Amino acid sequence: MSKVMVVTSGKGGVGKTTSSAALGAALAQAGQSVVLVDFDVGLRNLDLILGAERRVVFDLVNVIQGDAKLPQALIRDKRLETLHLLPASQTRDKDALTADGVERVIDELRQRFDWVLCDSPAGIEKGATLAMRHADVAVVVTNPEVSSVRDSDRIIGMLDSKTVRAEAGEKLEKHLLLTRYDTARAARGEMMKVEDVLEILAIPLLGVVPESPDVLTASNLGAPVTLHNPAAPAAKAYANAVRRLMGEDVRDEDAAAPKRGGLISRLFGRRAAA
Amino acid sequence: MPQQAETPSPPGIQVRGRSFMALALTPEPPLAIWFSALDDHLRNAAGLFADRPLVVDLTLAAAEGREAVLIMLDGLETRGFRVIGLEGTRPGLLDGTHWARMPTQLHGREVAEMRASPSAKQAPTSLVIEGPVRSGQSVFFEAGDVTVIGAVASGAEVIAGGSIHVYGALRGRAIAGLRPNSDARIFCSRMEAEMVGVDRLYRTAEHWGAGLHGRAVQIRSDRGALRLSALD
Repeated sequence: MSKVMVVTSGKGGVGKTTSSAALGAALAQAGQSVVLVDFDVGLRNLDLILGAERRVVFDLVNVIQGDAKLPQALIRDKRLETLHLLPASQTRDKDALTADGVERVIDELRQRFDWVLCDSPAGIEKGATLAMRHADVAVVVTNPEVSSVRDSDRIIGMLDSKTVRAEAGEKLEKHLLLTRYDTARAARGEMMKVEDVLEILAIPLLGVVPESPDVLTASNLGAPVTLHNPAAPAAKAYANAVRRLMGEDVRDEDAAAPKRGGLISRLFGRRAAA
Repeated sequence: MPQQAETPSPPGIQVRGRSFMALALTPEPPLAIWFSALDDHLRNAAGLFADRPLVVDLTLAAAEGREAVLIMLDGLETRGFRVIGLEGTRPGLLDGTHWARMPTQLHGREVAEMRASPSAKQAPTSLVIEGPVRSGQSVFFEAGDVTVIGAVASGAEVIAGGSIHVYGALRGRAIAGLRPNSDARIFCSRMEAEMVGVDRLYRTAEHWGAGLHGRAVQIRSDRGALRLSALD
């Protein structure tokens, strides 16, 4: 049964694309067939993070407009053979996306892959609403700071009202992925704590990705961090997040929790208030 | 010691939400035929529209294009209609005309058709929202009380004709008592609001002390002043 998952946040620069690449690679590493769809038309980045920028011929807009067939636009990763990319167009803008076209492409991708990961652009306009439109699962990427949390709250409200599932009265799974988390700074009160963010957003926690230079290094080398350095704490956090997405009950969060603290582990067990 | 001249305190601005009865018209293409039907209607019931504010819904007419919409609006004006707002417009449709300045964000609710029988069924007088009100969402319920089972997020607002009950943290705005003499109050189990208002009195967070922050609080209007008090 294939799943469509949107990675979204409202705010820009919180790590949507990095997380999309890392989650997609981790799913593929776990044996799933995955396609990453870049919805950021005009600001294409996912191809760079995956190191596929020199292999892009056709893109999402070409497929939507019927200039290319889907298999022509799909790029298979050279390291993971079950990981694919459907790149965005860099020369167009979000208006080139149409509701009908997106629906057709998503339907076709559902036939071919276990997971269709939609990397949403920032904002709450057309690009973001179309990226979330057909999602069964949403990963809300949030940084531990007030503006990111408020924007995520806004996006969660849209997930609950503007998606196909919400309009049909069905349930849409929503998960919080807290990125760029620094346990020491949170303890000093310089950053919001995990429990503060959970308290406000009231959705289940999927993972806490620690702030780490490994992530930027991997991005610049064109490799998702889970592929480039699987032992890095950030990579482990993404790998655990993926195990949770696949239905495993993963308690340990050794990436972000200090040895003595079972606090973050306990937060994973907590059910969301709503 | 020189006497310090007393600076007069600035007058308090009283902003108040009120609702008015407006008629809503939805012109349908083809507009020529629609207008002739309207003219027939006016001949039979001229009093219905006399001196009444009118809101025009452009959703259907917009399909005919900008030119047709402008001619239609002018047509309404020449018939003496008093258009006070537009609905269903889209960006760019009215740019550069005086219609572009019309309000397009109109709160309100459907009232039964003007000639509906007086025995129409009673509308509900309370609204219960199960779950949080998220940032950017606006809950507007003029008919009575609103109860939220969950938090009202920063950047969200709840506006009620009567009282507001929040079983959770109130972090956004709550404005109660839009209907006059409603004796409305706001209750919340955790006070972290950005702004609260009851019966045309408003206060932002900087006007109440840190002492109430995070506590269960009720807010009411008492002889022309807004009173916030802890419930715990």
